[in-house]
Amino acid sequence: MLRYLNGDALSNFPKLRDGMHRDHAAQFRDRLKWEVQVDAAGFERDQYDDLNPLYVIWEMPDGTHGGSMRFLPTSGRTMVHEHFPTLLGGADIRSDHIWECTRFCIAKGAGANVAAALMLAGGELMRAFELTHLLGVFDARMVRIYKMIGASPQVLGSSGEGRDKISVGLWQFIHTDRAKVLRRAGVSSDMSEYWFKRSLGHAIKRSIAA
Amino acid sequence: MKALKLDPFLSKLQEADALEKIQDLIQELRETLAIDHVVYHWVSADGEQYGYGTYDPIWVQHYIDQDYLRVDPVVLGCSQQFHPVDWKRLDWSHRAARAFRKDAIDHGVGNQGYSIPIRGPNGQFALFSISHSTDDESWARCTAENQRDLILIAHFLNQKALELEKDRAPEPIRALSPREIDTLTFLAMGYSRGQVADMLEISEHTLRAYIESARFKLGALNTTHAVAHALAEGLIVVGGASRAAHGNWPGRRSEKNAAAN
Repeated sequence: MLRYLNGDALSNFPKLRDGMHRDHAAQFRDRLKWEVQVDAAGFERDQYDDLNPLYVIWEMPDGTHGGSMRFLPTSGRTMVHEHFPTLLGGADIRSDHIWECTRFCIAKGAGANVAAALMLAGGELMRAFELTHLLGVFDARMVRIYKMIGASPQVLGSSGEGRDKISVGLWQFIHTDRAKVLRRAGVSSDMSEYWFKRSLGHAIKRSIAA
Repeated sequence: MKALKLDPFLSKLQEADALEKIQDLIQELRETLAIDHVVYHWVSADGEQYGYGTYDPIWVQHYIDQDYLRVDPVVLGCSQQFHPVDWKRLDWSHRAARAFRKDAIDHGVGNQGYSIPIRGPNGQFALFSISHSTDDESWARCTAENQRDLILIAHFLNQKALELEKDRAPEPIRALSPREIDTLTFLAMGYSRGQVADMLEISEHTLRAYIESARFKLGALNTTHAVAHALAEGLIVVGGASRAAHGNWPGRRSEKNAAAN
């Protein structure tokens, strides 16, 4: 199931929180060889975790972390602007209606539906909070995953080659994509809206603005 | 709570050119929604407050006298969030917060509330709140039904406040990026979005993100407003002189390619 949790609410879910930071270390340091900070307990955390971001976490049936991602509005501090400004190629995208998605992470052994469920959640945030776009940095292997899920971003800029290629992309909400992503995630529309409401306390309005 | 006719309301808000008119519109919004209160509250980094709304003026003065800004879980909570929050989900565990809540209810604020935090350019922070006296279930229904409209209204009210209170706005406005300048310039010249996207060799989808970003930086209500604002401020230049100039004019083929790289 999906949970939408602000940083200050994470302490109510210690198992999910710890699992997420451990899986970050496994994915970003061990598998992708990124230079991330991992503490003595094996948790990867960075300065953006201190800004009370909104996390979307896929909780496995046994209560452990299955995958997650992190959101901050581009009107404030973001990784794209502070670490990858060149990838934006002369653009400096800032708006409280455009959120940055970072630390897209899938736990080892999690099913193929988890990536789709996270993309689904991104769409729910866009619908619920009137977002025009999501902005994100992703590595080469994600291109195939996004394509498979049916939610490919528009690439604004890239650097590196082959497996080391890193890109910045933009997603916008497309109604037909949602149906595809729901199918991939194996989740009903009602269930997804129920999860959202339970976490954030209010419903996503049904109608989809043109 | 009744359904709101959003478009007429937003056009009226857009036309409002004085504080009193916004105050009237807020009153009207309260009546349309059939709820107790509607409030816009802008809090500067130095603790200065500004706003309009339907609270009893006695409560507003009392709030200032008691320095409730330091205690109010709605302000403290919203300053940590960037999405709408139901007041029930905030931290009311401190004794001072509970005393504040009782005081607020005694002054007719209501036992239910819902706030939308707003972040403007350069870290500006404001919140838009509605409150009412009712049970949890009706309140949940009311906020769910109107959430999207309220988010839009919150941002429009904030843009209005920024427009009317230029001196309060944190300076300087963030500079437009080269891509945003190109985009607004072409739009000001009368090209369609499709044409502009073609000229910049980007998709319309990406173009929309540039427009949204420029709109936000300029504190504008919509694309037209952003273009007008950029022209008025001299951030973009169009017309005969620029067409004939040898300098950096984005309509040129060579410039377009330079900007794209």
